[in-house]
Amino acid sequence: MTSPTDTTAHSHEELALLVEPSAMSDRERLVKTVLRSRELSIFIVLILVIIGATAKSPSFLFSASGWRDLLLTPSMLILLAVGQTVVIITRNVDLSVGSVLGVTAYLTGRLFIDQPGIPVIAVFAVAVLAGAALGLVNGLLVGFGKVPALVITLGTLYIYRGILLTWAGSSLVSASQMPAGFLGLGTRQILTIPVLFLLAAVVVVAAGYFLQTARTGRELYAVGSDPDAAVLYGLPVRRRVIGAFVLSGALAGLAGVVYAARYGTVSSDAGTGIELQAVAAAVIGGVAIFGGSGTVWGAAIGAVLLITINRALPMVGISDFWQQALVGALIIAAIVLDRVLSARQARKLIEARDEV
Amino acid sequence: MTAGSDQAVLMLSDVSKSFGTVVALRSGALEARAGSIHALVGENGAGKSTLVKIVAGVYRRDSGTFLLNGVPVDFGSTAESKAAGVAVIYQEPTLFPDLSVTENIFMGRQILRRGRRIDNAAMYAEADRLFRGLGVHIDPRRLALGLSIADQQIIEIAKAISLDAKVLIMDEPTAALSGVEVERLFTVARQLRDQGRAIVFISHRFDEVFSLCDTVTVMRDGACVDTRAIGETTVPEIVNRMVGREVQDLFPKQATEVGEVVLEVENLNATGTFHDVSFTVRRGEIVGLAGLVGAGRSEIARAVFGVDRYDSGSIRMKGAGIPPLNPRAAIKAGMAFIPEDRRKQGLVTEASVAENVASVIRRNLTTAGLITRARENRAAGPWASRLEVKTNALDMAAKTMSGGNQQKVVIAKWLASEPDLLIIDEPTRGIDVGTKAEVHRLLSELAGQGMAILMISSELPEVLGMADRVLVVCEGRLTAEMSRAEATPERVMHAATASQEVAR
Repeated sequence: MTSPTDTTAHSHEELALLVEPSAMSDRERLVKTVLRSRELSIFIVLILVIIGATAKSPSFLFSASGWRDLLLTPSMLILLAVGQTVVIITRNVDLSVGSVLGVTAYLTGRLFIDQPGIPVIAVFAVAVLAGAALGLVNGLLVGFGKVPALVITLGTLYIYRGILLTWAGSSLVSASQMPAGFLGLGTRQILTIPVLFLLAAVVVVAAGYFLQTARTGRELYAVGSDPDAAVLYGLPVRRRVIGAFVLSGALAGLAGVVYAARYGTVSSDAGTGIELQAVAAAVIGGVAIFGGSGTVWGAAIGAVLLITINRALPMVGISDFWQQALVGALIIAAIVLDRVLSARQARKLIEARDEV
Repeated sequence: MTAGSDQAVLMLSDVSKSFGTVVALRSGALEARAGSIHALVGENGAGKSTLVKIVAGVYRRDSGTFLLNGVPVDFGSTAESKAAGVAVIYQEPTLFPDLSVTENIFMGRQILRRGRRIDNAAMYAEADRLFRGLGVHIDPRRLALGLSIADQQIIEIAKAISLDAKVLIMDEPTAALSGVEVERLFTVARQLRDQGRAIVFISHRFDEVFSLCDTVTVMRDGACVDTRAIGETTVPEIVNRMVGREVQDLFPKQATEVGEVVLEVENLNATGTFHDVSFTVRRGEIVGLAGLVGAGRSEIARAVFGVDRYDSGSIRMKGAGIPPLNPRAAIKAGMAFIPEDRRKQGLVTEASVAENVASVIRRNLTTAGLITRARENRAAGPWASRLEVKTNALDMAAKTMSGGNQQKVVIAKWLASEPDLLIIDEPTRGIDVGTKAEVHRLLSELAGQGMAILMISSELPEVLGMADRVLVVCEGRLTAEMSRAEATPERVMHAATASQEVAR
């Protein structure tokens, strides 16, 4: 037998360009990435919705309150969507954020009532820490329990809400019990931009920067992309998952304070059901529900889109039922689009390989 | 011919490993020297993979010596072996599909710039340098998703180099590669050898072993049989040592009368998996489907049974066409399919033996749409006892049984439907020797009673011992068909490894 695979003499050129090298310049690549990104496409949808609603009723955008509400209303959901995104990226889900938000919103009110004169910044800190602690409980249960996060956080959703019901009973925290300076946060604007929106924007930028440029951030993606491979790589999988839940809890805690400042009234059902909106915002924003891909930018735009659609539809005269159905259709469309695109890509690659 | 230094970088001797009662490795041995490529050959199940996993830190050995650079080691995790400079490139690498190839190489130890931020530019440059050094063209920025197996292996190799691994173990890396890709891999491997790394190369293809390696170790039945310089041995000699026993004794095969055609497959095609597959199976005949792991045998079987889709071709049972993608129609037409992964696909492990056995014939057991346990037990009883399934009661949950007994329950399940054709994928994988013989006896008996059997097996002795006719699959094509008399280990192996590029 002659050795047919003796290739030492082969030149590199002959060694098959199995994958074409990239010939694009950095700027071309950047433009292409942005153009093809999911974030851009849902941003365009958002702009279209705003244009549509404004055409129907110009005050939707071109009035002081219209502009303010456009940015202010989604602020709370943006915070939750960022936390949810980080958790979903690790191939988990956090359904307890609505209850965490309820607990911390009520906690915020109680702090102002029970500790008169407490600085606002301290209230923020306590609420964020409380949220982080509740998130830590989720993380520990998921990390050590070997039970899917869906089940664990569904359980803590009820437990945290139960704690709040026991604690608050039928009592309310009303606007008159909170200092005016704090409530002012809900309406204050800097250069026409609401302060709470600025807060959410800072969180989005910080979280996005962290996920892109920190080792820990990239490891979150790795864990969600293939948990078994992550173990083989020697990554601290459990610690990363727990960390994601702590972050999600802390941001839900922050959202609780925002809730109190924005609405002024906190009852024991604050934030009920908002966890599903947070998941929906992430999914619409292109965060893969099975982990490993997606950005907080997308989730934040998704949150704004979700809220804006809900506000715009009544103006166009669409009934409540159809509003809900439309949001549902949007979620399903987002997931179907993902599936179709990835299946088509995989098939293309296999066929291309077959022809080599 | 022997290259490299005298000091063995990696040295294992007398290593053993058991899983419960199954002995996977009796006396494994392996040496790898710097600047040398060492081949490890042996049949499926000879213990090569177990040996590799011990070196990689996936398993811990039960006994024996394991030296790295002359120092005894005992790896408890893959991270430990990696830190010690051992890298394993698996047949199917595990990468993060959603991340770029560069991130896959550097995950967990990314290059950092000021403020502990990841320095993407530096990582892309380093990845590019690694790929250039390997002589391959891969865009460092592309996602790992959709990379061919060959390219995934290159990524793993690049990772090993960036970790400065001194020992590289390639576990059947060429099994799923095309000819061009194999050449590229070999160029890379030679280059790594010349850099003074020690390489262990596991392969079934002898032409590859002879063109690439300088030393060869043969394993059989969990033990190292022989280690030689490649210049001092020949292909027939290696095959002899690999097989090394009389297959006839182990597989008492009844003579059967071959009847009319039961299954007729014509020009079956599925993009990317198999091409132009045509064959027949007759009553009373065991047809062995041989070939390397990943050649497309299971995929063909799954397509015939209607589980997987195919693009063109036809399947007929006893002359009548079978619609694609419809396992229920296939069962109705008299097919039975016992998949390779019993726990996942063949058995409801939480259910009782009786429920499992009765599951395919439920419709015949119902009264007004309802099933009673008594009826199930009545129907399942004879089959289980015939197979000597050792469970105390039919009510026992299937998951508590041994692998051998589980396999028998799966067989019983399908036999209860009295099929004309039985397709069985790796009938004895993971089963102890005693039960193996029982499964073989059973298959032979069934054929004797006139059942047509299509048996997929990676164990050469099993194919040669059991099959009346052997079909060999290589890279998705049937490359040979031979009668029982014609089939020898050499001929089957040759056909299974004869890719078109080699034939040139």
